Amino acid sequence: MLKVDNINVYYDNIHAIKNLSFEVMDGEIVTLIGANGAGKSTTLKTISGLLRTKTGGIQFMGEELKSTAPHKIVAKGLVQVPEGRRMFQNLTVEENLEMGAFTMPPNEIPDLKDDIFRRFPRLSERRKQVAGTLSGGEQQMLAMGRALMSRPKLLMLDEPSMGLAPLLVDQVFGIIAEMHSSGVTILLVEQNASMALAVADRGYVLETGKIVLSGSGKELRESDQVKKAYLGG
Amino acid sequence: MSTLSLIIKQIINALQLGSIFALIALGYSMVYGIIRLLNFAHCDIIMVGAYISWYFMTNFANMPYLAVAAAIFGCTLLGVAIEKVAYTPLRGSPRISLLITAIGVSYLLENTAQLWLGAAAKSVPPFFKVTTLSFMGLSVSTTSVVTIAVVTVSMTALTLLVQKTKMGRAMRAVSEDSQTAQLMGTNINATISFTFAIGSALAGIGSVLYCCAYNQASPTMGSMLGLKAFVAAVLGGIGSIPGAIVGGFVIGLTEVFVSSIGLSTWKDAVVFLILIIVLLVKPTGLLGKQVNEKV
Repeated sequence: MLKVDNINVYYDNIHAIKNLSFEVMDGEIVTLIGANGAGKSTTLKTISGLLRTKTGGIQFMGEELKSTAPHKIVAKGLVQVPEGRRMFQNLTVEENLEMGAFTMPPNEIPDLKDDIFRRFPRLSERRKQVAGTLSGGEQQMLAMGRALMSRPKLLMLDEPSMGLAPLLVDQVFGIIAEMHSSGVTILLVEQNASMALAVADRGYVLETGKIVLSGSGKELRESDQVKKAYLGG
Repeated sequence: MSTLSLIIKQIINALQLGSIFALIALGYSMVYGIIRLLNFAHCDIIMVGAYISWYFMTNFANMPYLAVAAAIFGCTLLGVAIEKVAYTPLRGSPRISLLITAIGVSYLLENTAQLWLGAAAKSVPPFFKVTTLSFMGLSVSTTSVVTIAVVTVSMTALTLLVQKTKMGRAMRAVSEDSQTAQLMGTNINATISFTFAIGSALAGIGSVLYCCAYNQASPTMGSMLGLKAFVAAVLGGIGSIPGAIVGGFVIGLTEVFVSSIGLSTWKDAVVFLILIIVLLVKPTGLLGKQVNEKV
């Protein structure tokens, strides 16, 4: 479904992503794990078109995205929930959801909104509140709800568990599993490797812009290298 | 004339002047809100609008609507053209480069006008026959009434646009976090151009109202008007639409008040004194928000 083929991304002179290739198949949950600064978010930003690769290509459902504008990539069904949730703090919950449906025909928006409010009753209670007043957990729900408003085919989640209490982390991973079972393919970027590998079909380990290891979720969880570096022994 | 009616008359004058400032301040504030640029060329767009009014009113005096439409349309087109030619290529450059470019565009417009049309002011024929309306012992000129009415309608329309439409939502989202807005599928270039178009159209309306009040166009007319509108935008909180409106009226009131107590030569100084005080005491302005810089 998504094929990242030998990309190289630079921040000015810093070579952030080096010859990176990986693939996500239809219906999978794939995770990219790695430490801070390994290039996980950079990879997602490049796929979304916010950054550009110097080489190689990025194919989504057979189409080349290398030089497609970010808003057109969203319209194709490849949607990202950015790191740190990035709510529009001054917009209401409802307006944030409407922003998520920016690429959708206006007549479908009420149904999409109802669907999100059914999934996240908490957001429904707060629909007229500005997003800046929500708690961290509620903001993460809104971030995921907002992304679902565009009926994504592939959802890329950047560190959805970041900064959340353990109970909320479980809840977030529950929502990811639920989205997946409703037919959304998922590319999950996480520092919380144990949680990510537990839900993922396959995973890739990223270190300083390169993939150093790949395999099924189970294989990676049992690998000594991963255990030592990411699972705390 | 009784003291009360004098005061009311001055308040109407202040509203008229303030509403022109507010209209222009909105252009500064909207553009600042969306790309963090103090668009110093904005004041010269008003100047171009005034010259368009002059041209059409001189040559087609019996069609004032044509002049109004041409001024607004011309300003809109010019604003978007400046954004495309001068600012878009600098997207992602340091903000100081954009600022210097804006000042450059401002000089370019002023000097082109001066070279082409001469430094002397041109007299713009009146758009409509100005009469004085008398109401309960008060006399108010139709220009004041028209100005206040036009600005009220424009601001209401702008508020509805920004608060209730999809494009308005996109404008607010881009101004808050342009990267995330792109991840929602917003076309950021279209949104920025649209913002420039709206800001410049308001400048076009402002230029027509200015011509109604002062009946002249000159190459440097925009600079003082623009500076004061800029002070209004900063006073209200730059980036904030209600702030620009409030700031515009406060500056208008201040000018009229200072003039009416016999210190009219001091009115510009007082306006800039306000700027200094705002920057010292409350740099975010009356209605501005403390923005946390993203890391």
